[in-house]
Order: sequence, then C-alpha cells, then structure tokens
Amino acid sequence: MIYREAGQFKTTYATDQAIFPIPQDLWFVVAVLVIAAVIIPLTAGQYWLGPILTQFLVFALAALGLNLLTGYAGQLSLGTGGFMAVGAYACYNFTLRVPELPLFVSFILGGVCAAVVGIMFGLPSLRIKGFYLAVATLAAQFFLLWLFDHVGWFTNYDPAGVASAPSRTLLGSWATKDGPLSFLAPLNLMVSGPKAAIETKYLVTLVTVALLALLAKNIVRSSTGRAWRAIRDMDIAAEIIGISPLKTKLLAFAISSFYCGVAGALYVFTYVGNADTEAFDLARSFQILFMVIIGGLGSILGSFLGAAFIVLLPVLLNITASTLGEGTLSSDTLSNLELIIFGGVIIFFLIIEPHGFARLWQIAKEKLRLWPFPH
Amino acid sequence: MLFFLEVLIGGLLSGVMYSLVALGFVLIFKASGVFNFAQGAMVLFAALTFVLLLEVGGGFWAWTGWLSLVFAAVAAGLYVLNRFTEVLKSPVVSSRAATVIAVLAILILGLFFDGGQNMWRAVFVILLIYVALTVGVRNPKAAAAVLLGLALASLFAGDVNFWRSLVLTLTIMIVLAIAIERIMLRPLVGQEPIILFMATIGLNFVLEGIAQGVWDADVHALDIGIEDVPFDVGGVFISQFDIFAAISAGVLVAVIGVFFSKTRVGRALRAVADDHQAAMSVGIPLKNIWAIVWAAAGIVALFAGLLWGSKLGVQFSLVLLAFKALPVLILGGFTSVPGAILGGLIVGATEKVFEVFVGLPYLGGGTESWSPYMLAMIFLLFRPQGLFGEKIIERV
Repeated sequence: MIYREAGQFKTTYATDQAIFPIPQDLWFVVAVLVIAAVIIPLTAGQYWLGPILTQFLVFALAALGLNLLTGYAGQLSLGTGGFMAVGAYACYNFTLRVPELPLFVSFILGGVCAAVVGIMFGLPSLRIKGFYLAVATLAAQFFLLWLFDHVGWFTNYDPAGVASAPSRTLLGSWATKDGPLSFLAPLNLMVSGPKAAIETKYLVTLVTVALLALLAKNIVRSSTGRAWRAIRDMDIAAEIIGISPLKTKLLAFAISSFYCGVAGALYVFTYVGNADTEAFDLARSFQILFMVIIGGLGSILGSFLGAAFIVLLPVLLNITASTLGEGTLSSDTLSNLELIIFGGVIIFFLIIEPHGFARLWQIAKEKLRLWPFPH
Repeated sequence: MLFFLEVLIGGLLSGVMYSLVALGFVLIFKASGVFNFAQGAMVLFAALTFVLLLEVGGGFWAWTGWLSLVFAAVAAGLYVLNRFTEVLKSPVVSSRAATVIAVLAILILGLFFDGGQNMWRAVFVILLIYVALTVGVRNPKAAAAVLLGLALASLFAGDVNFWRSLVLTLTIMIVLAIAIERIMLRPLVGQEPIILFMATIGLNFVLEGIAQGVWDADVHALDIGIEDVPFDVGGVFISQFDIFAAISAGVLVAVIGVFFSKTRVGRALRAVADDHQAAMSVGIPLKNIWAIVWAAAGIVALFAGLLWGSKLGVQFSLVLLAFKALPVLILGGFTSVPGAILGGLIVGATEKVFEVFVGLPYLGGGTESWSPYMLAMIFLLFRPQGLFGEKIIERV
C-alpha cells in the first residue's frame, strides 16, 4: 500500500533515469541518512558510535570497493586487506610528512596510492581468471604486508611497527584562524588523534562513505559499469563487441582499490586511531569478502547489509554468550563457540539464500508492492 | 656450492610436504569443482583428533568399546549379508585392482610393523580401505556403519595405541566427509563456484572452532617413530625425517594415481570431474562420489597432519599450511596430481633458496610468506592454466 508506484508518471528522461526513480525509495534513503547524521550522534552512546557504527561504515566502504571489483567486474580478489593497508599507510605518511595537508586530501591521496598499487596487482587479471586470479591476488596481500612490516620508513621507524594517527584537522593548517583560508576555520574540525570527538569521527566517516556510495551508484550505471558487467558475464563476448578488457579490468581494480584504500585510511584515522599490519591481514580480506557474498554480489545496498551483518553478528554472539555463559564457560571455549556459530551461520545463509541479503530485500519489496492484498 | 645444494635439497624435501597438503585440494577440485579452503583446517582437525585419541589411550575407549562393539557387529553383519550377493555380481572395484591395492597396502603397512600380533591391525586397515572403495559408491551410510564397526572392533585387536587411533581417525574423517556432503554440499548443488568456495570458508571456521574448542588449543607433541637426524650424503646433510616424509608422500601419490586410473571408483571420479551432467546420465551417483572424494581428501589431510604434526608439533599453525599449498596449486594446476607434486618441489626449492640467498642478506628476511605467490603470479602470466592444468578453451 505504502510502497506502490502505480500512478507515478515520468515525463522526462531525467526523472526516469534518476538514481531512485520511485519517491518512496528516495524518501527512505533520505530518512536513513537523516537518522544516521542527526539523530544517532545525538542519542547513541560512545560505545555504539565508535566501535560499532564507525566500524560498520568503514567496513561497508571496503565491502563496497570489493563489490565493485568482484560483484560488478567479476574479478575475484583476496587482496583487500593489502589494498586497505596501502591506503592506511599512505595516508599516514602524507599526514606525517606534509602536516599542512587537509585530512580529506590525505584520504584521497591514500586512496590514489592504493589505486596505483591495485593496478599493478590487477595486471595478471588480463591473463588469469577465477580462482587462479584469487590466489594470485594473495601475492598482493602477503607482499604488501611484508613490505609494511619490514620497511621501517612506512611506520616512521616505530619500534613496534605501529602507525598512530597524528592529530589532524579536516581542512588542514591553511584553514586555521590565522591561515590564509581563515573564513573556513569554523568548519575545520579536529578529526583524528586523541583530542578528536568521537562524534566528529563518526560524522566524517559517514559523509565520506555516503559520498563514495553515491559515486559508486553512479559509476555502476554509467558506461563503465555496463562494461564491467559485460566483462563479468562473458569477457570474450564483451571484447568482441568492442570493450577493451585491459582498460575495463584495470579501471575496476583501480576504483575498487581506491575505495579499499580510503576505507583503510578511515580505519586508522577515524575508527581505531592506530594501525599495525595485523589489522589488514588475510582474515580481514576474507571478512570483507564475506560481507560482499552475504550481502549480495553486484549490489551497492548489499555491501552495507553484509557489513552490518558481519560486524553485528560477533557483537550479538558476544553479548548472548556472555549473558548465558557467564561463569560457566571459559573465555576460550566461548570464543571457539563463537567461531563455530559464525561459520555455521554463514553456511546456513549461503544455503537458504546464495544471492545474499540484497536478494532478500528485493523479494521483500516485491511482497510490499502487493501488500496487504496478495494479488 | 655444497651449501647451495643443501639449501636446495632441504627446500625440495619440504616442498614434497607442501604438495601433500595441495593434494587434498586437487582431489576435491578435480571431482567436484569446489575450491576447498577448509583443507588446512582438515589437516589440523585430523592431526588433533589423532593425537588426542592417542593421549586418551585405552581406558575410556575400552569401556565404551565393548558396548559399541555389539551394536556395530550386528549392524555390519546385517549389512554384509544384505549386500553380499550384489557386490559379487558387479564388483565396484575390479578384483585385480583390489588385489593391487591390497598388496600395496600390505607393503606400505608392512614397513611399520614389527611382526606378530600387529598383523591383525594391518588386516583391519586394509579391510577398511577395501570396504570404503567397494561399498562407498553404492551406499555411503552403510559404508559408514561398517567402517564404524570395524574401527570399534579394531580397538580390541591389541593395545598398540598408534594404530587404534589411526583407524579411529580415519573413520572420523570419513564420517566427517559424509556429513559435509549431506549438510553443506547437497543443498548447494548447482550454485556458483564462488558460493561453494565461501561455504568452505565457513566450514573452515567451524572445523577450526571444533578442533580448538572441543579438543584444545595446546601444542601436542606427536612421535611417529622417525627421528629427525641429519645424515651425510657426500658432504651434504639431509634430514632423515624429510626423506621419510618425501617417500611416504610419494607412496601416497602413487596410490592415488593408481586409484584414479585403475579402479572403477577412480574412473567414476574422473567422469564426474569431466562433466557432472554426463556422468549422472550414465548412472554415476554424483552425491556418493562427492562423499568419497571428501573422504579421500580427509585421509590425505590426516597423512599431511601426521607428517607435519610430528615435524612441528600438532598446533593451530597447521591451518596456515593451506597458504603454502595455494601457490603450489596454481603452479601445478588445480586439476593435476603430478602438478601438485612438481609445484610443491618448485615452491619448496624457490622459497628456501630465495630466502637464504636474497631474503636474509638483502631484504630483512621473512620473504617466505610471499615469494611463492610472486613466483606463481609471474608464472601464470605466461601459462595461465598452470604446469599441467588442462588447456583453457573458451567458447562464446
């Protein structure tokens, strides 16, 4: 009843091709954004804002990046953690060595570095496909982490190999009260470092993720996105109708790695505050891949749903386990039990809906369209 | 030069051990097209089960054993009576192949025996393998019952813990394989390879959780009676244990090779690998084949677990062996058994030589984590299907 598009007529191409052609969808997204940007920071506690919501947003962004590559362009990659690490360490080094730089520019530069590395490790995709490619991308994962572990320059010769995010403001030192761009000073929020408010970190993450999601939504419905899907569905056929596999695949790797790189930078600067290479290990890559698969391959919304599921499931398991098993079970047993349940739930979800939450959402919408009358 | 040779041979020998892990991947990928990420967890699971059964020892098992034996004997007896005629009419494994396998098995097992009463254990193991081969294709449930009966019966054949727990672990791996096929793979038939791949990662978590949680997370020493003593061959020191591991890996590969090329089950496996639809239409029971192949991978995992476990101790890091096996796989090709061996040799040799002569002096060490992958990646640029992989033919 509420979700019915009957009677909504489109009279121009522009309205017909809008991102959300159905007003209900548009209002829904706007409502979610308003809640996320205004109500949640005002009401939610520190625990929810920091470790849970910011974490969710960061991983959703990484999942989005991987989904562009795997879901849209069909290139299976297990190097996500490596690309996130490139973004994180590049961003860290930009802020450290050029302190005047606005933080958001560092984020972008971190993403660009990740994109360049992504292109290099994307080159084999021109020859290798499927699982062979997945294993080849592991080269990126292991090599990049080894590099950050063994070359001290990347972590500024920190003895523990930990890169701690320095205190930086959103618009950099030029926009402070006595800088050349002093009129921007009120907007120049402290984003990273120990003095930054957790609300600011959350909001900066939210805005970044929202903007990049919008960009992704537009990329996948442009000619680039169509080329990606053509390559995914059958690369030889796509090549025959004039899509260059070289350009398309490398662009997919570049854009995907850019997203992952920005996610890695956000991870260090707005979520955790510091990073060692363990944060970006292979388990991370698999975690992101899980988000994409559980959420739905080839769906922007799916990346968010998958990330929410994978981030929240351990939290829920943890809460249930600690309330139920308080005192009766050791923490080792609990963490192993969590592992078993986590694996079991993943298998269960793959069995009941291999196309992920995005597909469930679609089915729900179909049902909603007819609701409350079945026909 | 001598030093180089020593490093090279050490690398080659450890490469054989890598290929043992890779073999499990190949078996499953060949028969079902599933990229089984849980192979590393299976190695850990098998090794831990084995060690713990060994440590539990006689008391507990003897107690439950007497009770189970009665049930198992009844079940097995009934089953054998039921199937006897049918098996005779159309043996699943031709008698010649079965004889070859049995003789091979006796030879292999004979290596470990000190004679006397232990011969009974050999008979049990051979019977076990034979039953798995013959009846497994027809009725995995019944095969599992027989195996369980045999395993429990073997408890009373003597007091040598090693064989007792080997037989039990074999049984558990086979039951595990059947369970995986039933619970996880059957509902996912016909899904995209990546979905199946993800499911095996889920399985990986479950197995890791069980292995560590239900058993425990300590490091267990495992002694299979081979000492790790280096001996001198013309100035080059070679580890005795590595030689033993390499030889047993070679034997295992030979057995698998014979199994694939000479037996009826092996032929069915190859048919399924070639084309699921066609295999089903000529009457090969796909589901049972999958259970068999997972069981075979489980057995290979047990062997790998025993060898690696006695080298490094049975502990969680055995899971990481899977990552050593992956570059071996892409070098050798996902579907090739000899490829897995050769790939293992190449990977083992390269990573050791690279680490000793380039990594440690110039790059700060630790290059073993990525050098095989780099090698594999560069190699794939020139030969995308691996060394022995089937040529990729694409049609539009």
